[in-house]
This record gives sequence, C-alpha cells and structure tokens, in this order.
Amino acid sequence: MTNVAVHLEAQQPSLQTHAHDAIATGAVHDKGQQHPIKLYLVVWGWLFVLSACSYLVDYFHLQGYLRWSLILLFMMLKAGLIVAVFMHMAWERLALVYAILLPPVLVMVFVAIMVFESDYTHLIRVLFFAPAT
Amino acid sequence: MAETALTNPEESAARATGWQGIADDWSSDQRAFKNVSWGKAMMWIFLLSDTFIFSCFLLSYMTARMSTTVPWPNPSEVFALTIGGHHIPLILIAIMTFVLISSSGTMAMAVNFGYRRDRTKTAVLMLVTAALGATFVGMQAFEWTKLIMEGVRPWENPWGAPQFGASFFMITGFHGTHVTFGVIFLVAIARKVWRGDFDVERRGFFTSRKGQYEIVEIMGLYWHFVDLVWVFIFAFFYLW
Repeated sequence: MTNVAVHLEAQQPSLQTHAHDAIATGAVHDKGQQHPIKLYLVVWGWLFVLSACSYLVDYFHLQGYLRWSLILLFMMLKAGLIVAVFMHMAWERLALVYAILLPPVLVMVFVAIMVFESDYTHLIRVLFFAPAT
Repeated sequence: MAETALTNPEESAARATGWQGIADDWSSDQRAFKNVSWGKAMMWIFLLSDTFIFSCFLLSYMTARMSTTVPWPNPSEVFALTIGGHHIPLILIAIMTFVLISSSGTMAMAVNFGYRRDRTKTAVLMLVTAALGATFVGMQAFEWTKLIMEGVRPWENPWGAPQFGASFFMITGFHGTHVTFGVIFLVAIARKVWRGDFDVERRGFFTSRKGQYEIVEIMGLYWHFVDLVWVFIFAFFYLW
C-alpha cells in the first residue's frame, strides 16, 4: 500500500507545475468557468422558445401520444441546456458528470416499479370499489 | 499552501480523458473530483440528494394519479385566468415559467461577470435574479390563494380526485420554499459581492475562510437547479 502511495505521489506534478499549467492552458480553467456571454444569451433564448413551445402544446389542446412526446421532448431539451451550459456540466471532468447524472437515471427503475404498482391498484379499485352506477 | 491546493485546485494538462480519466480520477487514492473545489462538489452532491426528494414527490403524484378511478382535475382549466374578458388556459403558470427562466439567465450572466471580477455587474445581476425569484414566489402565493378560495384542500377539491390538492400543495410548496431560500442567499451573497469581499478575500463570519468569486457559481448551481425542478413540475404537473 505504502509503495503504491509513494508511487502515485511521484506521478503527481508539484504544486508549482500545477499553477504553471493552469496559466498555460489559459481561458477555461484559469479562473473557474469562463465562457463568452453570447453563449449564455443564445441558450437563454432557446429556453424561452422551448417554454413557449410546451405552453403552445397545451394552448392548442394537442392530445394523446403527440402531446406526450412533445412535452417530454421540450422538457428534456430544456433540462439538458440548463445542466450542460448554465450549470457548466459540459465542461466538467467525466468523473463528476457520471457521479451526478447517473444516479437520477436509476430513478427510472423506481418509476417503472410504481407504474406497475399503480396499474395494479387501479385494477383492484375498478374490480372492487367502483362506484355503483 | 496545502489549503490553497485543496480549495482552489487547478487542472493539470496531463490528466487522461474519457473512461481512462474516470478510472484514474476515482482510483487515484486522493480526491475523485480533480478540478472541482470541495464547495462545488458538495453543492452538486446536495443537489443530487434534492433530486431524489423531488423525484419521490413526483413519483407519489404519478402513483396517486394513475391509480385513482376518479377523474383528475384538468390543470389547463384549474389554472386558467380571465384577463380582460379573455379566458386563457394555464396563463399564470406560463408567466411564472418565463419569470423563472429569465432569472436563470441573469444568474448565468452574474456568474460570468463574477469570474471577470466585475463587482458591480455581478451584484446587480444577482439582485435582479433575486427580484425575479421573489416575483415568482409572489405569483405562487397568488395561485395558492386563488385555489384555496375555490375550495381546494389537501383532502378534497370541487373538481375530482381528492389527491389533487395534496400533490399540488406538497410539490409546489416544496419548490416555492426552495425558491424562497434561494432568494435569501442571493441577497446575502450579492451584498458580499457589492462590498468587495471577494476582491480583498475577506474571511467569512461563519467559516473564517477567504471569500472567492467561485461562491457566485456555487450559488448559481443551486439557482439553476430550482429552475430545473420547475421544468419537470411544469411538464408533469401542469401539462399532463
């Protein structure tokens, strides 16, 4: 164990080298996340457009699978833009990206379980508790 | 010296990328998040846990709605407003959505100006963000008042499935609380920016650590998350 630690220690560049690298690599990691203002304005504009689109889905009373696919599409696009650009996830190292984005994906398993569960509950209610007509 | 290395890490150009990078970072016997400070990493982990909380709320709402045999109230009609004689469906929610997205935009710009060490613009943009957030909470209070006046309670409502009220108050209430806390912290940090704490690296009264403009980005992460949650609430609760 100690050997490994020492070995790794040797692999690490010294602190001074770190600082030098940071200056050399320039813009992005010199002082945290630094990107052109224009990028934020463009993303902002797209978020407005996408929100307007999802509102129009309701306004024009679209129904069925069309409504669902459009709502989910606009939702995912908006969420993606916010996380990737506004929260700077697009520029983070993959170790952080996967640590944060993978667990919420696993919530989908929970969703699937509850879909089966509520279908079952609904069936039982229809069979035994349906209001007398 | 050691503290500087921990709180303000810089990326080394030599680090591997892709899967090799993930394996290297996580097995390096040090910090897994190489070029991210502890403050930013902890905010991300907090947001992840918050994601689970909101997921559970939305899931319980989904389960209630899918399993009930009573018709669910139509949100398009419940949240409609009559403005100037016109009956517009869901208009209040649409305006709230635009207000929150605008606040996200101003926050992103504040973070950008913060890293450019533009004290005035950062503080002003943060205060604009806070004002938009307060507007959002105000509109939510109006919405709650309207629904309560119409007889919506956590256990009953005039239009259909009784679980509607419980889901609505729980989900929007928890989100509104997040926005409220966000506004409070925005104002607090905007004050520090305005005073120049991060230019002179003044120490915080609570943590005694040197203040840095990175705190604006960490604040921004929280604020964008609040906007992000609203995106999902808007889609699942109001548009379904």
